[in-house]
Parts: sequence; structure tokens; C-alpha cells
Amino acid sequence: MSSSKSTEARHQSPDVVSMHGARTQRISEHIVEIISDSGEGAQTAGQMFATVSAKMGNGVWTVEIIPAEIEPPARSIEGASGNRIRLCSGAVTNAGDAADVIIALNEQVLIGREAAGEFKQGAHILLENKWAQNKISNIVTAYNDAVGNFKAKGYRVHEIPMEEECRKFVDNPLRGKNIFVVGILSYIYSRDLDIARQEIAKKFKKKGEAIIESNLSLLDAGYHWAQHNLDLHFEIDSPGVTEPQVVMNGNAALALGTVASGMEVCAMYPITPATSASHFLSEIFEEVGGVVHQAEDEIAACAFAIGASYAGKCAVTITSGPGMALKTELMGLSVMGEIPLVLVDVQRGGPSTGLPTKVEQGDLLAAMFGVPGDAPKIIMAPATIEDCFYSIITARKIAETFRTLVVVLTDANLATGQQAFPRPAFKEEWLAPPVDQSPVPAGANPYDWDAATGLSVRRLPGQANGMFTLTGLAHTRQGTVAYGPGVNQEGCRHRSLKLAAFQKTLKTPEVFGDPEGDLLIVGWGSTRGAIEEAVMRTRADGLDVSSLHLKFLQPMASGIREILHRYKRVMTVEINYSDSLDDEIIDDDNRRYANLAWLLRARYLVDIDCWSNVHGQPMKPGAIESMIRSRLQ
Amino acid sequence: MFGLKSECVLKVDEEFHDLEEYQGRVARWCPGCGDNGILAATQRLCRDEQLPPEKTVFVSGIGCAARFPHYMGTYGFHGLHGRALPTAQGVKIRRPDLKVFVNMGDGDCCSIGTAHWIHAVRMNMNMVAMLHDNNIYGLTKNQVSPTTPKGMTTATTPHGSVLREMNPLTATLGITNVSFVAQAVEWVPDLLYQVIRAAYQHKGFAFVRILQRCPHFMPTLFDSLLSNPDNIMVLDSDDGVKLSEATAKVYKTREPHDTADLNLAREVAGTEGKVPVGILYRNASVPCYDELRKPARLHTPEQARTVLDRAFDRFGIFPGASGTRHGTGDETDRRTDA
Repeated sequence: MSSSKSTEARHQSPDVVSMHGARTQRISEHIVEIISDSGEGAQTAGQMFATVSAKMGNGVWTVEIIPAEIEPPARSIEGASGNRIRLCSGAVTNAGDAADVIIALNEQVLIGREAAGEFKQGAHILLENKWAQNKISNIVTAYNDAVGNFKAKGYRVHEIPMEEECRKFVDNPLRGKNIFVVGILSYIYSRDLDIARQEIAKKFKKKGEAIIESNLSLLDAGYHWAQHNLDLHFEIDSPGVTEPQVVMNGNAALALGTVASGMEVCAMYPITPATSASHFLSEIFEEVGGVVHQAEDEIAACAFAIGASYAGKCAVTITSGPGMALKTELMGLSVMGEIPLVLVDVQRGGPSTGLPTKVEQGDLLAAMFGVPGDAPKIIMAPATIEDCFYSIITARKIAETFRTLVVVLTDANLATGQQAFPRPAFKEEWLAPPVDQSPVPAGANPYDWDAATGLSVRRLPGQANGMFTLTGLAHTRQGTVAYGPGVNQEGCRHRSLKLAAFQKTLKTPEVFGDPEGDLLIVGWGSTRGAIEEAVMRTRADGLDVSSLHLKFLQPMASGIREILHRYKRVMTVEINYSDSLDDEIIDDDNRRYANLAWLLRARYLVDIDCWSNVHGQPMKPGAIESMIRSRLQ
Repeated sequence: MFGLKSECVLKVDEEFHDLEEYQGRVARWCPGCGDNGILAATQRLCRDEQLPPEKTVFVSGIGCAARFPHYMGTYGFHGLHGRALPTAQGVKIRRPDLKVFVNMGDGDCCSIGTAHWIHAVRMNMNMVAMLHDNNIYGLTKNQVSPTTPKGMTTATTPHGSVLREMNPLTATLGITNVSFVAQAVEWVPDLLYQVIRAAYQHKGFAFVRILQRCPHFMPTLFDSLLSNPDNIMVLDSDDGVKLSEATAKVYKTREPHDTADLNLAREVAGTEGKVPVGILYRNASVPCYDELRKPARLHTPEQARTVLDRAFDRFGIFPGASGTRHGTGDETDRRTDA
């Protein structure tokens, strides 16, 4: 292999050190992708690199690259597993566009990513080169073909003898090659090796000193190898950390939010991509008196949460779209019986089993209208990982205050992405109040609906004088089953009024950009960072575009109507399916819109357009940017 | 009075709950419906055990039997078809002070809620589950149920049902962690009361199948038992039900039984031709999920703060020179100990 020979040559070159200094490039941001077969540790390497960078004060956003199978075949295109890290000198709000540097443990995992447009034109590809000497000729051919193709497409391919180098330090290079990779990246991006060493010590603490030592030597080996053999060196402003921060993914934030909300019962059934929230919660919940109950199915999980809520503090159930579908009937019961409940839907691609590990925002209408009959509930969507933490606290509070179901819609992008945010300062007021066991005043009813707001006081078993039977059937203020013509109308009216009462507490969301203009982009959930970055980029070129992000989808705050009317055009950007007018048979009479666009059109009678896709990927700011440019031409 | 303070006597008197306190709304089951007998026996149990009405919760699903909580003077939860058991588990999980009862019909328990039935037995939480088994769907008007005898004509099996009926007793006795299984017939109040009371006194998940007449849709279903009491086989054991003299005179078929013998219980449960009644199996030593998962610590704001701080340390990035302070496990461990 000619390239490995040239690597060899450079390895022996005495002036490589002075040479690379001259080649150092200053950058303000980069996207790095680490990919391998599943189980080779690319995700660990990515997280470690990201953590080191965050600790140096860089803005960081990571996205996990996850195959759908636990152990997909080795060296397969669809088996690509790893992590993508967007690294910035300043704050970062989204995953960004295409990768600048990709480091891969085999060539096959690169192919699908490249075809999906994940790599920047001319990006650096750092590739394990052991495959060139494989005994199986097909592998050698596949490797050479892929490398040839990448080079022909203009990528700068650096073939690296990773395993060979690792073998100098460890007996089994398959374990620990990922740390060698961290070493290479630490050199390339001028990372603080002390921090990297601490991360290694922390990561392998349970495995003992010997393992820590061998990984530290691999880190140094990777660093030195890159220093002597690669003319690839970047410097990025790393301002250091001035305020305490935490870095975690959205599911961990949901779990911590659950603890911080004072809820004590989380009932769930395993479903991707929601499950990891319960993993982390299971580790810590019992220490604060909580319980994660893995039920026999999604329905039982929701019933369990409702039962716990009926008899005590509000409970939470965490699921994804297919699970929410199964819980539908119980969601109706929560609404009808006015039993507080927080339901978190970590959205994935649908319909049906869809894209289990991929992102989509396709459940908004299902959350809103999925329950048969009139079932008003509150729906909110965190936009960031920090928001995932605080949203659970807020959701619990709303659920108990308004005796209602609160649906929190996050998605796979938030669930697995990692971001640093200011360390929350615990407040006692976040916690649920103790379970009320005081006697019920004489004459009080279980549903003493306030005439104006529909609100009534919760009643819990254990309260003397309060005995009543909660029912999902139509019922009176006394909780009695009744089918008279006025009864259901009354109940429905009061449950609906509660939403209006809650709506009065909401602030009008702030526009990002100008208060009026040519184009307003409306979004919700995890797309906020990407939309605002695209708006910022296009505004820098003088385009008159602004954006609006909605956290509460039901009810929607006052003032949105006025905002929408101040722009010549309004459109939503969402990760869900909508018809395109480019299709021949699609016209204004049959076009199906993106979730939020439907809602805004219906409520505000504005001719709102939408741009959405179901690629299963986080929305890229670059894609939104070019869409804006084409729309405003 | 032997040193007993008079105010104590008065207090005891005041707190006595009489039968009326356990009566809720007027039952609206059909005349002759067996549910009425189950209701009467249960109210009597509550009175005899002096269950505080505000600390007692009856949870049900949907169906005729599921109206049960409305007719009790306690707290009640009339939820969704098939979902009574997981709801009741949720009620119990953080409220050990509540006495929880579940009332299900054969559709509720053995059809739409089957998964929950199996897992409720395995979880063995402290509660009494009564299966009101009338072998038919009543509230939806005469459809075949999993326990409908083969060959019965119903609205959905006009030419006779084609499948053999399932046996809820053998099913329950086959599940890991089964801890209490009994059977009663609602038309023998003495027996029914004793079985329900034994179920209440059992530590764990007590499953009671009650054969229940539906005079509207299944008027002749239990004729062979009613006209010939010898077809009812009373299980006799030292720790079993004790029939009153009058009852014992009618129900003469007696079978010596050992409630601790699971294999025997399974054998008895599968008896053809005769209906075994009494306690089939009892094992109070099976661990209960509510006790296994009971909080080791109280939920206090201080504890919440400690747990959150520890987690924030774990994910933490701290200002200042790197390496001087960071969230290593060592540090958090020390904090826990402190």
C-alpha cells in the first residue's frame, strides 16, 4: 500500500515536529465523527472527546450514531456505530451540518454515512489501514475500492496503522483502540491531556489500576503517533469554564428532572429511544425513596402510574410513540378522572415500528387528538437538553395543579445528544407537596369545578369524609355515574376550561429576529437550535427572516396570532411528514401538512406553509438555510 | 374499671364502624345477581375487620362486577376494562397503609386483562383480587367469555361455543410466586365470607374465584350445583374454612386437603365433575413486590438535594484550572459517606 509506506516515511522524518507547527489552523468550530462497528468503543471515544472539550470550555453538541441491532454484522454499512461531536469556541445549540474530520475503524462504516451526505466536501478521513493486509482478498479489495472512491471524491484520506500501533502497548488491541483514537484527536485538536487522563481514570475506575495504566499509555501513543505522522493540527479557542456546568444527554436530564420534581413513581416498559431515561433513573431513584417499575406492558405501566397518582403524588410514565399509542385509553381515563399524570414521549420515526433509533417529531397530532372523545390535555415540548430537565419539574406541577394529563414530547435527538448547560441549583419548591391526608370539609364534592376555571381540589384516599369512587364514566360533581344530557356537557366543559385557565398563565413566546418581515419560521421541540442558526446565517446576508419557537403546543399562548400576521409568509420547519407541492397530484385541496402547520392553520386561519422531512436525522442548519434562501428568492 | 381510662372506652366506641358505613350507593345489579351476595360478604368483612373506610380502596375494571366500588362506602376506582390489577398495584406501591381490593369479572381478568393477571400473581402485592366468574359477558349482553362452558349458545356463538372453557384456578396455580388461591360460590354466604376473610388476612396477593350466577343470561348455568350440593366439594384442612353446622349439613362432599401442598392444589383445581371450594393453596412466605420495592429512605427535600448534587457532580464541569476539581467517583463517594 503506497499510502501506508508514505506514512512510514513520515514517521521516520526528523523534522515532522517543526513542520506541523507551521500547519496549525485556527478554527472556530468543527464537526468530528468517530465511527466503528458496534462494540468497538467509538461511542465511548466520542463521549470522552466531547467531555474533555466541554471541560475546556468549548461548546459541544454530540449525536449518537446507533445501529438498530445490538450486534450488527462486522464491517457492514448499516452497522455504523459511533458519535458525532460538534465542537465550537462559543455556545452551540444544535448538531450542525457535515463533518470536517471523520475517524473510522473500518471503511465500510464510512460508506453509508458518506452517501447520506454527512461528510463535508474535502473532509479528512482517518482510517484504520489493517484491512489492506487482510488474509481475505475480498476485504482487501473492498478496502482499496472504498479508499480509492473516497479519494476520487476529494476526501483527504489518512490511512493509519491503529491496531499495529496499539499492539506495541497492549496484548489485545481490539480493546483500547478507541482510546488510541482519543489520543489522535487530542493531538489534532490540541486538547488538554490532563483532562483526558482524568476522564480515563474515571471511566476505568472500576476496572482497576492496570487497565487505567494501559489506557493512559494508549492515549499518549495516539497523541504521539499523530504528532509525528499527521500534518493535521487545529487550534480552537477554549475559553475555560467560568460557571459550574453539567453535560448530559436528554434522557439523563429527564431522569434528573423526575427526581427534582419530587415524583416518586416512574412506571415504564422498555422502548427505544426512551429506555435509557429509566436506566439512569433506576440507578438513583431509590436513594430518594422513588421506584422505577418496569411493568408487563405499556398499558400496565400507564395504569400503574395512574393508580399511584390517584393515591398519592403525581407519577410519570416514559415511552415512545408506539407505547403512547398503547396508553391511549388510559390517557383518556387520566383526563376524565382528572388524575394528574406526566407522560413523556421520546419521539422516534413512525408510523408503526418505524425508525426506532432515529429522530422524528411525528407524534404531536397523536398526542393532541389520539384519545377518542374530547380529551383536553397539556402538551409541551422541550427544545434543549437543559429544557428536558426543567420541563419535567414544570409538567409535574401543572399536572397536580390542574388535575390533568401533561404530555412532554422530546425526541431521539434530545434523548441521545449531549450538551453542556449551567448546573441547576436545587430549589425545594420544585418538589411535589406531601400527600394531603387532612379530612375533607363537610359538603365538599370530589369534582367541585370552579365555574370560571374548571379547577377543583384533588382528593386522595386516606382523607376522612372524602370517600368516593373515581370513574371513567360520565359523572357529576359528586363523582356519581350519570348519563343525563347535561352531565357530560358539564364535565367536558369544565375539563376544557382548565386548559383555558392554564393558557392565561402562559407568556407570549419571543421572536428570534425582527418583530415583522418577509418570512417567519415556526418550530417546536429539538429543532430550535438548528432553525435559529439558519435564521442567523441568512439574516447575516440581509434576508428578512425570523423565527418563533413554541414550547406549549396545547394550549398555545396568547399573542401568537398577532405575531403570525406581521410577516408576509409564515412556514413551519419540522421533522415529520408533509406532502410537497412538487408532487404532480398534490395541490392545496389535498396537501397534508406537517403536524404544527395543521394546528396553526386551524387555529389562526393563516395560510401557513411547511417544510419537513422524515429522514430520521436531526434537522441540519445548512439544509434549513438553503431552504430559506430558495423560498426568499 | 381495672385501671382502664374511661376516655379510652368512649374512643373505641366512637370509632366503631358499623355495616352501614361500608354501604355506598344502592346496587343496581339485576334481581338475583350473584354480585349482591359478594357485596354483602365483603361489607361484612370490612365491618368485622374494622377497616377504616378512608383507608380502604376497591379497584375495578369494566363490566357488571366492576360496579362494585360504587356500592362500597370506601374509596373506589372504577377504571378501564382489564386494567384493574395494574391500577391497584399503582395504588398500593407507595401506600402500604391502604387496604386494596380488586373486583373483576371473567372478561376483565381472564380475557382482556390476562397479561396483568399473570404478572399480578407473580408480583404478589398485598391485596385481595376477587374474580366474579359468571361465565358470560353480562354488561355487553351475552357474549361468550373464556370461562363459558363449551357448547353454550351466546350472542356471539349462536351454534354453541367451540372452545373448551379455561380454568382460572389451574392457570393461577401455574404461575410463579402464587401465594393464595381459593374458590367460593356466592350462594353459600357462610363459605364465601370465610374465604374472603382468609384472603384478606393473607399476606400477599390473594386470588379468589367466586362462581357467580347471572340469572339474566345464564339462568341454568349452575343448576347441577344448586340442585345437587354434593357436586360441591368442600376442601377440609386444619387451616381451611370451617363450615357452620347448618351449611355442613347441606354440603356433605368433603375432601381432606393440605393448603401448603402446591401439587395437590393443582390437582384439586383440575377436578372434573365436582367444584372444589375453600382454600386451595396458601403460602405466606412468598416475597411481596410492594415490600421488596418499599423505599429504603424517606423522600425529603434534603435527600433530593443530596442525590441531585451527586448526579450533577457526576456530569459536572467545574470552573477553574482543569484537574483541580472534577466530578470523579472518589469525590462523590466521600460526599455520600459524610
